[in-house]
Amino acid sequence: MSKHKKQLQTRKRKMKKKPVKKKVGKKIKKKTKNMVSLTIDGNYVTIEKGRTILEAAHELNIEIPTLCYHEALSPYGACRLCVVEIHKNGRKKIQASCLYPVEDGIEVITNTPELQNIRRTMIELIMARAPHSEKVKEIARKLGVKETRFIRRDEDCILCGLCVRMCRERMGKSVVGFKMRGDKRQISPPFDVESPQCIVCGACYSICPTASERLKKISKKIARPLLDEFDQGLRSRSAIRIPFPQAIPNVAVVDKEHCVHFLTDECKICQDLCEAKAINFDQKEEVIDLQVGSVILSCGFEVYDGKKKREYGNGRYENVVTSIEFERILSASGPFQGHIQRLSDKKEPKKIAFIQCVGSRDEENPYCSSVCCMYATKEAVIAKEHSPGLECTIFFMDIRAFGKGFDEYYERAKRNGVRYIRCRPSSIDEVPESKNLIIKYSNDENGKIHAEEHDMVVLSCGLEPLRQMPALAQRLDIKLNEFGFCQTDTFTPVESSRKGIYVCGPCTEPKDIPETVTQSSAAAAKTMELLAEKRNTLVTKKEYPSELDVANQEPRIGAFICHCGINIGGYVDVPQVVEYTKTLPYVIYAEDNLYTCSQDSQRRIIEMVKKHKLNRVVVASCTPRTHELLFRETIREAGLNPYLFEMANIRDQCSWIHMIEPKEATEKAKDLVLMAVAKAQLLTPLKRVEIDVIQKALVIGGGIAGIVSSLSLARQGFEVFLVEKEKELGGNLRHIYYTIEGDDVKIFLKRIIKQVRNNKLIHVFTNAEIESVSGFIGNYKTEILIADGTKAELKHGVVIVATGAQEYQPTEYLYGKEKRVITQKELEGKLSSQPSDISHLSSVVMIQCIGSRDNGHPYCSRRCCSQAIKNSLKLLELNPKAKIYVLYRDIRTYGFKEDFYTKARETGVMFIQYDNEKRPLLQHNNGSLEISVFEPVLQENIEIHPDLIVLSTGIVPGDNIETAKMLKVPLNSDGYFLEAHVKLRPVDFATEGIFVAGLAHSPKFINETVGQAEAAAARAATILANEKYYAEATVSHVNEDICVGCGVCSSLCPYEAIEIITEDGKRISKVNEALCKGCGTCVAACPSGAMDQYGFTKNQIMAMVEAIKE
Amino acid sequence: MKQSDNKTIRRSDDKTNYEPKIVAFLCNWCSYAGADLAGVSRFQYPPNIRVIRVPCSGRINPLYIIKALQSGVDGVLVSGCHPGDCHYISGNLFARRKFALMKKFLDYLGIEPERVQFSWVSAAEGARFAEIIKKVTNDIKKLGPLTYFRKDFEKTGKVL
Repeated sequence: MSKHKKQLQTRKRKMKKKPVKKKVGKKIKKKTKNMVSLTIDGNYVTIEKGRTILEAAHELNIEIPTLCYHEALSPYGACRLCVVEIHKNGRKKIQASCLYPVEDGIEVITNTPELQNIRRTMIELIMARAPHSEKVKEIARKLGVKETRFIRRDEDCILCGLCVRMCRERMGKSVVGFKMRGDKRQISPPFDVESPQCIVCGACYSICPTASERLKKISKKIARPLLDEFDQGLRSRSAIRIPFPQAIPNVAVVDKEHCVHFLTDECKICQDLCEAKAINFDQKEEVIDLQVGSVILSCGFEVYDGKKKREYGNGRYENVVTSIEFERILSASGPFQGHIQRLSDKKEPKKIAFIQCVGSRDEENPYCSSVCCMYATKEAVIAKEHSPGLECTIFFMDIRAFGKGFDEYYERAKRNGVRYIRCRPSSIDEVPESKNLIIKYSNDENGKIHAEEHDMVVLSCGLEPLRQMPALAQRLDIKLNEFGFCQTDTFTPVESSRKGIYVCGPCTEPKDIPETVTQSSAAAAKTMELLAEKRNTLVTKKEYPSELDVANQEPRIGAFICHCGINIGGYVDVPQVVEYTKTLPYVIYAEDNLYTCSQDSQRRIIEMVKKHKLNRVVVASCTPRTHELLFRETIREAGLNPYLFEMANIRDQCSWIHMIEPKEATEKAKDLVLMAVAKAQLLTPLKRVEIDVIQKALVIGGGIAGIVSSLSLARQGFEVFLVEKEKELGGNLRHIYYTIEGDDVKIFLKRIIKQVRNNKLIHVFTNAEIESVSGFIGNYKTEILIADGTKAELKHGVVIVATGAQEYQPTEYLYGKEKRVITQKELEGKLSSQPSDISHLSSVVMIQCIGSRDNGHPYCSRRCCSQAIKNSLKLLELNPKAKIYVLYRDIRTYGFKEDFYTKARETGVMFIQYDNEKRPLLQHNNGSLEISVFEPVLQENIEIHPDLIVLSTGIVPGDNIETAKMLKVPLNSDGYFLEAHVKLRPVDFATEGIFVAGLAHSPKFINETVGQAEAAAARAATILANEKYYAEATVSHVNEDICVGCGVCSSLCPYEAIEIITEDGKRISKVNEALCKGCGTCVAACPSGAMDQYGFTKNQIMAMVEAIKE
Repeated sequence: MKQSDNKTIRRSDDKTNYEPKIVAFLCNWCSYAGADLAGVSRFQYPPNIRVIRVPCSGRINPLYIIKALQSGVDGVLVSGCHPGDCHYISGNLFARRKFALMKKFLDYLGIEPERVQFSWVSAAEGARFAEIIKKVTNDIKKLGPLTYFRKDFEKTGKVL
């Protein structure tokens, strides 16, 4: 064995045993026996014996071009791009740095014109072999080579040996090796026979710089990429990965099924390369026993597999994608960075079609998935925003835009040019040449089939119960309904069939985000009701040392600069930053840490604060968004006010984005620390304002929402004032007799009213009106006026608004003038109390959308379609021969209610669709009523002579303006209360301490109202459960000497936190710190400069700006 | 110890090899998170920006922008949540209104419009953030340093 080979072998062994160590701080710099020192480009470096010059250069962040080198493999020296000049004993030699071991005292130069010349020649030679390789081209470009002067061989292998080494050293297989010599040399499996040993791990192919075709021929088996589940298989992933960007915890996991290490015991590349040594292959699954009082099931749903609809070609035609795939394509963090493209040719589509109800409303899934109409509309609108000029067509059966604000969005989409065609297309065919798709559909009378070509088709796939739901249900001993979702009841929408197990979200029924979030809060409320007695029994309180008073001290800043392994240290010269930091004003102490967030570093920060009497701390590491709280906690433990802390983000916003410019990254890191120090000098201790909470609630409105909220809060142990303006409780529920599912509403109402009356914690005030509300979260004072003239003052900590809504009083279709025209509510009353009055009717017409989806009421009232179907079915029960016509625009029986729509059609209810432009006309004809409506299938007007016309009237908001003003909460343009966030905070108001539930929020069904009322109770309890409420610390404050009381601030504040008051005859603004959320909008707007914000003061911001100019 | 004598970001009036300094005011909830995401995704962009985190784009007083330009930075970027996404409900809308007016004021002062730019970047738009920084840096590089507006211009007195 030659000396050289021996050296190599030892090196290889060393590398396998000893993980690569990087120096951190000064500790390792000390020279020991096994260390050698050399200079590279004039930089002095000390490194372990046996390592190579290339590795030493990497330590110094000196870049040397390489091609055949890989950290995980032994060096090979094939490409010779890494040549360097070595000066030793006064003599110069040129050697490949990846192979040359470090020697004491040598001087290395990495970049001279001569070396560049050699490199250029080498890359030209490589280019001659593999001119099409992107990687080779890129290196050539960097070296300034455009073309090769040598004879091109147009191969795709450069004999770098990466694949050979990878297979032998890491995969333990040696499936691919070299054969023959000299210019005939090539890679090949042994004996040129496709190897049976190959495990098709794909490692050789993934490391190949030229994507050589030969590697595909080494095995009979075909290597397939692992597809990323989160991106719907639209891009590949590795066996170790972070499953998706929002994963909690946000750490990498190994896919045991595909990891080569778990399959063959080899590889372990990730373990060697992980600086934090975080990869542990020995982790085992554990079974953990938990003692709990309640279980919440929120296991979500499964997306319908679009491939099952063979006629639509998903899975066969590349450009037919499912909606969730399209969602990823649209996403900025998706596989194509938000650039819309076809899968077949990566071209931007010009025409996209969406097909609705794929896997919904059919034989397979007879229910409606509730969300697809809106997500398709959203995807179409966003797609059009992404690429202007894009044509989007949605093929639908009914547009079910029933949610709050959805109809407005649907109308806007139409105005923006999204085309809607009412038809379920029969099939999709691909044009083989262009891979375009032809959609066949028919939407007119003579059954003419249209064929329209599209570039891309999106299938709006429905929601299904989880595949493992039956097994899970069995284990939990809960019942599933006929569709396979968790069974719930109208009046207990989040209770499963087993006591103590609560269910929420789409595992109970397909639903959108707001309903899901609402239900999850409702499930929390039910759990809290059950476990109220045990509240806080498992809580241990943390003890802190008393806070040091540093307010009047001169700043003494301690700075801790993090290496974050190599995440920062690999690109930013951290020791240099530390030295720089030490020179900054008021910096008493600075050090670097391998991981500043590690437990020992935390202890060290506390130690250093005490030792050096630091009174401000700066940490330069990752982002304050994730770590500020941790460090604040640390300095609090050291006895400092947690707000005497500032962070410089030198990882996420520096080292990671300037990986190829280490010098610039270091300079930027210095600047960022400088800015943080500049701000730190001006930091002052801050306190979160502490407010005593009156642990009682006011519920306004004694309808079902108010009753359920009150009951839930009382069961959780809180006192409730329930104020109803009418003389009895019940609200609109008093006029509902049965639900479409057949539940008896009257019994339910009686039961809950009795529960309210019997609950000692609930104080009911009927015939009472709210006179005034003052105060803020935790401390409200409300005056109510009771009908007998008495007044009462209520003190409470939170408010739930459950003021309900009303039925629209129609003026259309002779209502009020003609007694044969009634509303659904009146019909329902008759059906329940005097069925004989209507059982003889032979023809009934129901007209939908009266007072909904029109100019005065541009929203859907959500429940009228089901109400019409419910009453139709009841009528048919009484008189099976009756002819019932429902004149509708879209039937919006979402979720399981679709089943009743199907049933109604089967029982003979006739549904006739009309457009808003062609509303049905009513005429008196010799005493009989005549309805004329345009029938779109027949394409002609038809006349009906009904005995009764039932108007499906919408829901209109009550007189909410007064309440809104008193509580200082907003209304939307329709007059309903406006929540803090339509999707994510559906029962909260922006103003803390006030919540909304029921029809006051928007039209909804009984089960939805119950859920929302419970949700509001849960949200209210988050405040009531504590004796204190802690407001934000970084709030606004007023310098009263300067303030002129102009009121600009108070007009801008979205939280109603600023009031203009008159004090000693002077108008000034006053900030309610309990309500201020710290946005600072008032500060920026204050014309006199009287406003400022703690934690982000004008001076602090300007100090940072001034620091930059240095 | 090496002080900042080997600073790679040169402050020179020579347009060709000049590296501008740009201050970016980012709102904590969207744009700052977007900038973090750009880092997590390793999207590379020029190292010229210096980020100042503020609670909301509504917190930015136009005065800070003027002061920043006066005190020696060559450009300013303000970025907040997309309209409708503001963590504080409407702060970004107030910011938008304010900056629409401010554009006119900058024009009056004779400051090129590219020097002060506004954008919306959500927490999910790392790539977009990187693109915006590339564009802003490029724009300001083309304009060259902003000398005439600086406080210490000609050392004799203030320009403004």
